[in-house]
Amino acid sequence: MTRLLRAPVALAAPALLAVIVALVPLVYLLDTSLQRGLQSVVSEIFLSQTATLVARSLALTVVVTLACAIVGTINAWFVVRSSVPLRALWLMLLSMPLAIPSYLSAFAWITWIPSFNGFFGAALVLTLASYPYVMLPVAAMLRNADPQLEDVARSLGVGVFGALMRVTLRQIAPAIWAGSLLVALYVVSDFGAVAVMRIETFTWVIYGAYRAGFDPTRAATLSLVLIAIALLLVVVERRVRGRTAQRVGAGTARVSIRRSPLSVALPALLVVVGSVGFGVGVPVVSSITWMRNGSAINWSEVWSTIGASFGVGALTGGATVLLALPVGILIARFKGRLTDFTEGAVYVTHSLPGIVVALSVVYFGISFARPLYQQIPLLVFGQMIIFLPLVVGSVRTSIEQSRTVYEDVSRSLGTSRMKTIFRVTIPLATPGIAAGGALAVLGAVKELPTTLILRPTGLDTLATSIWKYSSVSDFGAIGPYAVALMLLAALPTAILSTVTVLKVVR
Amino acid sequence: MYVFTRRTNRRIRNAAIAAVTAMALTSCGGSSADDTSDTAVAQDGTADLRGQTITIYSGRSETLMAPLFTQFTKDTGIIVDARYGDSGEMAALILTEGDKSPADVYFSQDAGALGAVEDAGLLATLPDDITTLVEPQYRSTNNQWIATSGRARVVVYNTELVATPPASLDELLDPQWKGKIGYAPSNASWQSFVTALRVTRGEDAARTWLEGFAANQPVAFEKNGVVRDAVNAGEVSLGLINHYYLYELISKVGQDNVVAKNHYFKDGEAGSLVNIAGVGILTSSSKSAAAQALVRYLLSTAGQSYFTLRTFEYPMTPGVIPFYELPTLEELNPPAIDLADLRSLETTQAMLSEVGLLTK
Repeated sequence: MTRLLRAPVALAAPALLAVIVALVPLVYLLDTSLQRGLQSVVSEIFLSQTATLVARSLALTVVVTLACAIVGTINAWFVVRSSVPLRALWLMLLSMPLAIPSYLSAFAWITWIPSFNGFFGAALVLTLASYPYVMLPVAAMLRNADPQLEDVARSLGVGVFGALMRVTLRQIAPAIWAGSLLVALYVVSDFGAVAVMRIETFTWVIYGAYRAGFDPTRAATLSLVLIAIALLLVVVERRVRGRTAQRVGAGTARVSIRRSPLSVALPALLVVVGSVGFGVGVPVVSSITWMRNGSAINWSEVWSTIGASFGVGALTGGATVLLALPVGILIARFKGRLTDFTEGAVYVTHSLPGIVVALSVVYFGISFARPLYQQIPLLVFGQMIIFLPLVVGSVRTSIEQSRTVYEDVSRSLGTSRMKTIFRVTIPLATPGIAAGGALAVLGAVKELPTTLILRPTGLDTLATSIWKYSSVSDFGAIGPYAVALMLLAALPTAILSTVTVLKVVR
Repeated sequence: MYVFTRRTNRRIRNAAIAAVTAMALTSCGGSSADDTSDTAVAQDGTADLRGQTITIYSGRSETLMAPLFTQFTKDTGIIVDARYGDSGEMAALILTEGDKSPADVYFSQDAGALGAVEDAGLLATLPDDITTLVEPQYRSTNNQWIATSGRARVVVYNTELVATPPASLDELLDPQWKGKIGYAPSNASWQSFVTALRVTRGEDAARTWLEGFAANQPVAFEKNGVVRDAVNAGEVSLGLINHYYLYELISKVGQDNVVAKNHYFKDGEAGSLVNIAGVGILTSSSKSAAAQALVRYLLSTAGQSYFTLRTFEYPMTPGVIPFYELPTLEELNPPAIDLADLRSLETTQAMLSEVGLLTK
């Protein structure tokens, strides 16, 4: 608490703004669910059905998060430590699932193997869609980790695999945890994949309460359970991350030598090929097949939707970076109880499905921002709430990785705190800003439920066009939009992976 | 309802085709919008609706509705801003917006969603000259929403595999159909049918039927169109879908290439349900005259013919007849339920997932 007071007002004030923005859905949920009184909230939440659904959602979350932690870590090791040639290319290929929306890959799988629905199908699609959230930070950390510790272990008689498990894994554990948190929050919030795979998770029921129960109050009440799950995940991650060992003291890390004994490299290669083949290959081949089977393509319509997606993506990326930057700096450099709260507030809404965030913006927008209602600014606002935690996380990580000594020097030379932040801290955060911005652009380009509800009337993005034609079963017409979406999203994905792992910006 | 002889039928059908063809041509050619042949504007006595813009939340797809709205604008000068989405999601949006909704008109694929918005007191009573166009069972009891087209539940069957299709819902449970019935579990029309089953037979009897149906191992497909194709290809013998899916196929590949046929129960039970697509005008609308003009247009000969020709649904006004020869709505003998009761969809979904017919 006292430490936050040390933070300059010029930093704390915009960070407070970000917290207010992030809490919009929560205020909406509380306000709406309390409309029928606290008693009905309690009885709704403690229905026996709720427990079953929470159990199923948590089971899916645990399975997918665990799978992502394993697959993401193996892929990261393959790119950074194995002696595979063309690793920048492998890195980009392995990151490409980020460019593919989960509903699209679920759809590709189900049209290919119709019997593939259910828990297993959903778990597979979600794992293939989200392991990069673990892979990228782990690859980055693996690249910075000091390999001498591994050498010490080897010199003490531990085998290659043993050294990997007992030393390297501990070094990169914080990155695995941070990535896993994002995966877990994403799985809890996802509706696209579970809807196509027809598995009744908690989001399914929330959507059902809105779309089939026509009961926003009930939907809001149920969403509070997701907030509770998110809080639990954030707290657990923080506890575990706090306990991980870090390299202390000065000394210079040896540059890591890339080596790959066959016993480790071959199984890893299998995982890598599987990730690319199933995560990227299946949706790409499906989309191209749809396109080739479709009738004539209306190119002017395709181009205008590409333009709309690009525009919304760029605006969301820019706005989210501006909002996230002060929060990221605050969390990285001014640790304390209030910054913990700030971080938690930003993260919890990431567990909410898109429809809840969108309707929270509707709820307030229609009363307090009427001229902007169903206009681009409120659409960007809604997307910003969803992607804020991704950008905050990137900015925080990249500042935390840089040493405070630069700022100390700047201050000792008589530069003010704000000037130091502008001249030293923000430049240090550049890779995080670039990566976070790319994540937000990517997210916005793929995002569907919020866009459908908040977009200006008549505005079609690539995602809404895919929805438009899939709802009338016109697979041929989906093809060009799906291909265009993946191509457009490939660019920020490439930027994200190279900036995060290869650090080209610095 | 249909008092025409077959010959007049054909004449009207041809006139309808001509009208819709003309509509398609003018929307392509961009001809002058000046000839106000339709009566929509004149009936109000307010010709100055021209230039007004109304906002529609449409649960019906853009591919279907956009040409009709374009033609409406040409004929009346009223501009249409249409937002497209899932019918239920649009209902939830309107319920969240409340009396500040920017929408003037809500157009839904399903009566239940209209019933829910009406329940919230957000729909205005329609004037008599509109409501009298449509039979009472196809509009709300308070006249706050009205059907624009109808969709009958059918059993589509493969004539090469099935000599006598089942005569009733309960015959579908006969072991001879085990593993041979196709259905689309996430489809809204299937779920409306189950809601109707709950409403007509009660919760317990409906559950018993669903359990029997599940025990007969029906084959799940993604969409109704896929069910139809599977029946036509002989992958399954029967399919539970809506009547018009068959005609979509016939109009695409020709009657000679289709061995699937529709069977109607006509027994006053949920299997004979006629669900509707319909509209309501929001109480918050400040442009109710223009909104009413749109509703009149949807129920005009032009609007009704458009639906019958594009979707092969049942028209709702007596002046227009279906494109293909269908049993009349009376002959269908649909269950005598208030269509707004179809709004208890969430209970249906819960029951379906309990008996293992919705989710895995």
